[in-house]
Amino acid sequence: MATKPELPVSDPQLDPKTGEFRVIAPGYTFKSVTDVISRIVLTPHTPLGWFFGFTLAGSICLILFTAVTWLFLKGVGIWGLDIPVGWGFAIINFVWWIGIGHAGTLISAILLLFKQQWRNSINRFAEAMTIFAVVCAGMFPLIHVGRPWLGYWLFPYPNTMNVWPQFRSPLLWDVFAVSTYATISVVFWYIGMVPDFGTMRDRAKSKIAQYIYGILSLGWRGSVRHWMRYETASLLLAGLATPLVLSVHTVISFDFAVAVLPGWHTTIFPPYFVAGAIYSGFAMVITLAIPIRKFYHLEGLITIRHIDNMGKVMLATGLIVAYGYSMEIFMAWYSASHWEYFMMWNRMFGPMGWSYWVLITCNIALPQLLWLRSTRVNPAKMFIMSLIINTGMWFERFVIVVTSLYRDFLPSSWGTYRATRWDYGTFLGTLGLFTALFFLFVRFLPMIPMSEIRMMLPQAKVTEPEPLEAGD
Amino acid sequence: MPIREGIYGMLAEFDTPGELVVAAKTAYDSGWRRMDCYTPYPVEEAAEAIGFHRNYVPLICLVGGIMGLAAMFLMETWVSVFAYPLNIAGRPLFSWPAFIIPAYEWTILWAGLSAAFGMLAMCGLPTLYHPLFNAPNFRTGATVDKFFLCLEANDPKFEVVEARTFLESFRPASVVEVEY
Repeated sequence: MATKPELPVSDPQLDPKTGEFRVIAPGYTFKSVTDVISRIVLTPHTPLGWFFGFTLAGSICLILFTAVTWLFLKGVGIWGLDIPVGWGFAIINFVWWIGIGHAGTLISAILLLFKQQWRNSINRFAEAMTIFAVVCAGMFPLIHVGRPWLGYWLFPYPNTMNVWPQFRSPLLWDVFAVSTYATISVVFWYIGMVPDFGTMRDRAKSKIAQYIYGILSLGWRGSVRHWMRYETASLLLAGLATPLVLSVHTVISFDFAVAVLPGWHTTIFPPYFVAGAIYSGFAMVITLAIPIRKFYHLEGLITIRHIDNMGKVMLATGLIVAYGYSMEIFMAWYSASHWEYFMMWNRMFGPMGWSYWVLITCNIALPQLLWLRSTRVNPAKMFIMSLIINTGMWFERFVIVVTSLYRDFLPSSWGTYRATRWDYGTFLGTLGLFTALFFLFVRFLPMIPMSEIRMMLPQAKVTEPEPLEAGD
Repeated sequence: MPIREGIYGMLAEFDTPGELVVAAKTAYDSGWRRMDCYTPYPVEEAAEAIGFHRNYVPLICLVGGIMGLAAMFLMETWVSVFAYPLNIAGRPLFSWPAFIIPAYEWTILWAGLSAAFGMLAMCGLPTLYHPLFNAPNFRTGATVDKFFLCLEANDPKFEVVEARTFLESFRPASVVEVEY
């Protein structure tokens, strides 16, 4: 937004030069930034609300343990899977969760390369979100294979059976894409935290905390030689994570696009999967950021500017996704293929047509409100919007998986899909697991990168000091 | 028990990065080489001032990436063509376009791990003990809001009184001797 003279410049949240919301509220010093962020972790008094939230999330997580235990005892038959719909909730949830993770990498890597400094406040917990989302995502294909204790057969290793994996299969590409993504995300996250662990080590009062943060900090002492190598490594990791994040969802879309099924066999899938992933991921960042900044009083570090910017990114990616949907419809007509045409008609007006309209409402119609500045700068509205978008994105995967599969070429093989309570329980349980891990993260790790916030303060710039007076 | 006896160096504490850079630059210009700056966030100018211009992290990353690419592509070729040839709908055994995807992922994996661990190795980390942590004001400042310049005792120019006088000429917040 260009300069807006009519804005009240007396509002301390606004930068008088640009009329934009500030990235960091004025008045912070190196010390106060460090205090505000490290206090959340180092305080001996855990807030009661934290215990309440963690207990709630942990209880929901127990549903997951129950559901998975029952699954291991009985097999995948307890789910609503059948022929023709052999990929149900497990794959829907896998794609949904991994998509959520992508915004974390986008924020930490792509926005770093573009020098978008506003990302510094939110990149640490966006990355934590990535890792926890990948944990939830990775579980689904593993428990879906039926005999998860043989999951290591996916990897190429010399074995007594003398068999090797099939490298031409997208499902195997997935194994490498997701495992690389998980590893690089963890490494990037950890390396990013090393200097902050040094700060925590030096500020911790309790002996145990000093030991643990001391070991985690690897002995970081802030030498400028180390900092320069560290900055180079961060940039390289960001440069590597950027093509990685694009490739991961591309490879996941290949799981569908390489099949010949109408509704799956399209070339638009890779870009539109990636855009959808970023769309839902930003929505999840907002879902997490708004309650956290309120609860821990971090409004000065995670400002309206962040929420506004994320709203703009969601609007842009949402429009790419909308283009993807319209292209699918157009191609169904333009291809002149009877099967494609029927698939699209069935998707919209068939027995499960309602799911398509939920998707269109949540992902395309309602998010148009993001055009309004009044929506983007209002945390309550943005929170609701983020929940709507995540619901919509879940339905997108439901529509792609189920409505393409349940009525294929031969009417005699048509079927339907109905999820069981174990499907719902497993999905709900992963939401609990994700939230519980996040609660642990905000309690024990610095959720905002202190060193990167210090860099953004005006006093961080190297300026000529006052000349020494003669005789001093 | 200290691992070595004697003085590690002379440590000056500054309140602003600007003062640190001036001190470091002057020290470098007057012939000091064994020295380092310690800052709570990266200060590029300070690294320039003490003559640290290039690092080898990008090279390590590149080598790692090439190794990852080669390792995966060769393994795929060996598995699919020689070790376990599978005829899938008459596709060629050497289906290199399909092999690119895992090879691409491993390029990134190995390059990323090389960059991260290479960086740590070049920095000599993890080093949980360091003499600087013995300085009374180092741990409260270097990772929070203070800027340090350390002239190390293994520099041929180093002499306790001279180093102290030299550092004090920059009006730092404090100058302390660091023991091993």
